[in-house]
Formats: sequence, C-alpha cells, structure tokens
Amino acid sequence: MPDEKSAATGARRNLIAQKVATLPPSGIRKFFDLMAHMEDVISLGIGEPDFVTPWHIREAGIYSLEKGYTMYTSNSGMPELRQELARYLENHYGINYHPEQEILITTGSSEGLDLILRAIINLGDEVIIPNPCYGAYPADITLAGGIPVAIPTNEENNFVIRATDIEAKITQKTRAILIGYPSNPTGAIMSKREADAIAQLAKKHDLLVISDEIYARLVYGAQHICFPSLPGMKKRTILVSGFSKSHAMTGWRIGYVAADRHLIQALTKIHQYTMLSAPTMTQMAAIEALRNGETEVEKMVQEYNRRRRFMVKRLNEIGLSCFEPKGAFFAFPSIKGTGMNSEEFAEKLLLKEKVAVVPGTAFGPCGEGFVRCCYATSLPDIEEALRRMDKFIRKNRLRSE
Amino acid sequence: MKEIFEILEQNARATPAEIATMVGKPVREVQKIIRQAEKDGIIIKYKAVINWPKFGEGDIWALIEVRITPQRGVGFDAISERIYQFSEVYSAYLVSGTYDLSILVRGKNMQEISSFVAEKLAPLEQVQSVITHFLLKRYKEYGENFHIPRETNRRLPITP
Repeated sequence: MPDEKSAATGARRNLIAQKVATLPPSGIRKFFDLMAHMEDVISLGIGEPDFVTPWHIREAGIYSLEKGYTMYTSNSGMPELRQELARYLENHYGINYHPEQEILITTGSSEGLDLILRAIINLGDEVIIPNPCYGAYPADITLAGGIPVAIPTNEENNFVIRATDIEAKITQKTRAILIGYPSNPTGAIMSKREADAIAQLAKKHDLLVISDEIYARLVYGAQHICFPSLPGMKKRTILVSGFSKSHAMTGWRIGYVAADRHLIQALTKIHQYTMLSAPTMTQMAAIEALRNGETEVEKMVQEYNRRRRFMVKRLNEIGLSCFEPKGAFFAFPSIKGTGMNSEEFAEKLLLKEKVAVVPGTAFGPCGEGFVRCCYATSLPDIEEALRRMDKFIRKNRLRSE
Repeated sequence: MKEIFEILEQNARATPAEIATMVGKPVREVQKIIRQAEKDGIIIKYKAVINWPKFGEGDIWALIEVRITPQRGVGFDAISERIYQFSEVYSAYLVSGTYDLSILVRGKNMQEISSFVAEKLAPLEQVQSVITHFLLKRYKEYGENFHIPRETNRRLPITP
C-alpha cells in the first residue's frame, strides 16, 4: 500500500526504505521547533562546547586555504595527521597504533561510527548498547541492518553498563558491545574495574568492543580508561573519537578510528566509496591541534570543571538530585520529585521559564525521570538558568500542594 | 590556590561563595586564602578594564623607550624607581634588547605627555635617550580584545 507521502508525490509505492521510514526522529527535534519562535531562552540543551575553536587551530586552517591545500588527501587521511595521532594516543594512553595501517581519519567521529557498524554487521546481528545513550547508536545500528540490544543503566550503578547485565543478553547473534564513556547524556565515566569486567566478557564470548571516546579529554578528578589499552583488548576494540569536544571543533567535522589493520581496511573500503577523504583544511587544522593544542585543552577542561561543580551544587540545592558526573559536559539530574515526566518537565520549563533542557527519554526509555543539562555555557547563563529552574520547581510544588 | 587567583584575575567580582563552588573548597578556606593573599601583596588591587575610547573621553597614551645608565651597586633599579614613581607613568618594565626601560605614559593631551618627556624624563642624568611612540589604537589589553566584537555564539539552541 502506498503511504500518504508517496501518494502526494504520485508514486504508486513507498518511496522511503522501510528501515528509514520506521526510524524514530531524534527526540531533540521537537524542542528545537518549539524554541524557534521564542526569545530570551537560555539553552542547557546544547551538546557542543561554547568555546570557539582556539585561534591557533583556526589560523592553521586559514593558512592551509591560503597555501592552496584544496585537493583530496589520501583516503586514510594525511600521513602527518595519522603520525601525530599515533603519537598522541601513545602519549596519553600508552597505546601504540601503526599510523599507516591502524588509523583512519574520518569526517567526524559520526562517520567513523557509521563505518564501523556497516563494516561489522551482517543483517540481523545484535549490538549491545547502554540505555540511556547517544541517540545515534541505535539509529546507526538499525541503518546498518543490525538490531540494537539496550541494557538498562541507572543511578544505582552510576549509569555505567555492567558486565553481568550484558552477559544476560548475549545470544548467538551478538556481534559487538558499543560503549561511550564519558557518556552523553549522563556524564558518567567507566572505572577500571567495570572496564576490565567488560573486557573479560568480550574475550569469553568472542565479541568486538566499539569504544566511542569522543569525550575522553573531558574528565574531572579521574583518569580516563582508554578501552583498547586494557590488556589484550587492542585487537578486539575499535576506538572511535575526534576533535569536536576536546578541541572545540564540532563544525570542522573531523574524527578518527583506530583499530586492528584488518578492521581498518574494511572501514576504509566503505569510506573510500562514500566520503573519499576528510576535508583537507580540517585535517591541517587537526595537525596543529595535536601539535600545539594541549594548553588550550587544559584551559577549557579547567573552565568546564568550575561550571560543573557550580551546576551540580545548584541542582542539588534546588531539589533536583544529581549524581556527580565526572566526564563530558552534562549533568543528568533526576526530576522524579516534581511528579512530572521528563518530557512534560522539559516542555513546561521551556514554556514557563524559558530554559531549555533535553528530556532524558530522548536518549532511550531509561532516561525517564531525568533531564540532560549541559554546562558548556557561560557561568552567568548557568546561574540565571538555575535561578529560573528554582522558581519553576517552587511554583510547581505550591500548585501540587 | 593558584586556581582561585586565576578565577579572580578573570573576574575580580567573583564572590568567595562562587569561587568556593567552582574550586570545590569550603567558603571559609577560600576567604582565608584571599585575605592572606591581599595581605601578602599577591593580590594587589581589584580593577575594571575600561574601553575609554568607546566612552568617548580617552586620555592620550605613549609607549616610551628609554635607554638608561646603570649605577654602581643598584644597577637599573634606582633610576627606574625615580622614573616610574611619576604619576604620569602607568606601567614600567625593564627589558632586554636595544633599550632598557619600556614605560607606558598617560596624559590628558599630547602637550602633557611631551612636557613630561621634555621636563621630567629626558633631563635626568642617567637617561641617555628617549623615543616616544604615541598609541594610535588599543587592540588588546590584559588579555581582553578591544576591537574585535565578542565572538557571538553561533551554536544552535539544541544539539545532540
């Protein structure tokens, strides 16, 4: 039967592939539309740094244009960039990747994730993901022909996926475990013990681990565990990351995948037919970011940490209990005490007090009862947003009493 | 402790309570550290950075390169002190290179600065030469850009 949209175009059958037609739209979209006509909104609904890319990195991008670096690079990315990355990963996490064979430069880590899933999934294969999680995980798995298998996480286990819960869901079809720590939306990080348990499980059941470490540099008072650096895990792990969060380079679209050379070869096949190569000026900027970016990264991390402490303290003060997020730039407070569900809370807060937060359910059903608040926003804005939220909660409490 | 000073350097009006939250220390401890630093002369003063030309009534500024003769026993310090204590001198630095003292001088008009140079500075016995550069435009001071409009936030209001 032709659907409404096909009927409108005059076609006699469905024009949209079924797996796309049935894919739910991003839960964030709705709020975006609501906000479009509002003024004076403070948004804590953003998932990117508020810093502009450090000047020395922008300047390197400009220089590359001036010098005429406007052609394709090799499919895998510029050799200098891969060398710098290999050095960077060794310096930070003590892990060695061969720059020519084990690293692929991608157009953002988003492309990397898509490549990985398409390269490893056979139709109907299952991939395990935490819930709540970044919305692209289940969508990308579905688009690659796989089936996302969500493992609930909650406040009691610090929103970290547990090996025992994973093991209960492993079947003949399970192909990989996809994890992303520090986590969007919860700000949770994974401890060494938790990571080790998952590593053991992956070995026992012969699974791949896809580790999305885009927020790796944004950890506070803790050490980031780089998953492939765990003993024996380099061959079994596909590391996907990028520069968006660490170097405030979201709009540049640059990321990378590091893995065993056979996996990288498979990914490169898809990459060469779909993307060819990551943007050249962006790669030049990324080289500069790796060579001289540390001071700026540390400055930004320090600034996020101040805002993080401020936001978490205020959230708890106004009665939205919030576990301590030790990574990324999100707080994930519980709004269960307000008697509203996540979506209701976010919508009313936006309409009544003009503060935008993202309902936890945008990241999966286990996000119910929580909202995501981003602290990559100036301190005065965070202060004002929390003042408005305080007012909102007090009014709401009076009404319900 | 360093972090407390860094926060104050960026925003002198940050209150001890705000700073305490940001660095994760008790308010009392932060207050104590600040008071001690004020006493020890680590924190010298709390000031505002004013964009005077924007206000419309700016002073005239000049950067002056001064070559001076060091004196036995006290080096450059004694003569430098004699120079920088004039109220016209806004900042003063001993520098390496082709001259010795770099001073920033502030006056109501060009006349005021030239009479300072001609009557006070140049006649000093240890001053060998003076080159005066009048400031034409202030681009950046204390890490703050004066002319580039603040980089506006181009982020979309909601992103994944």
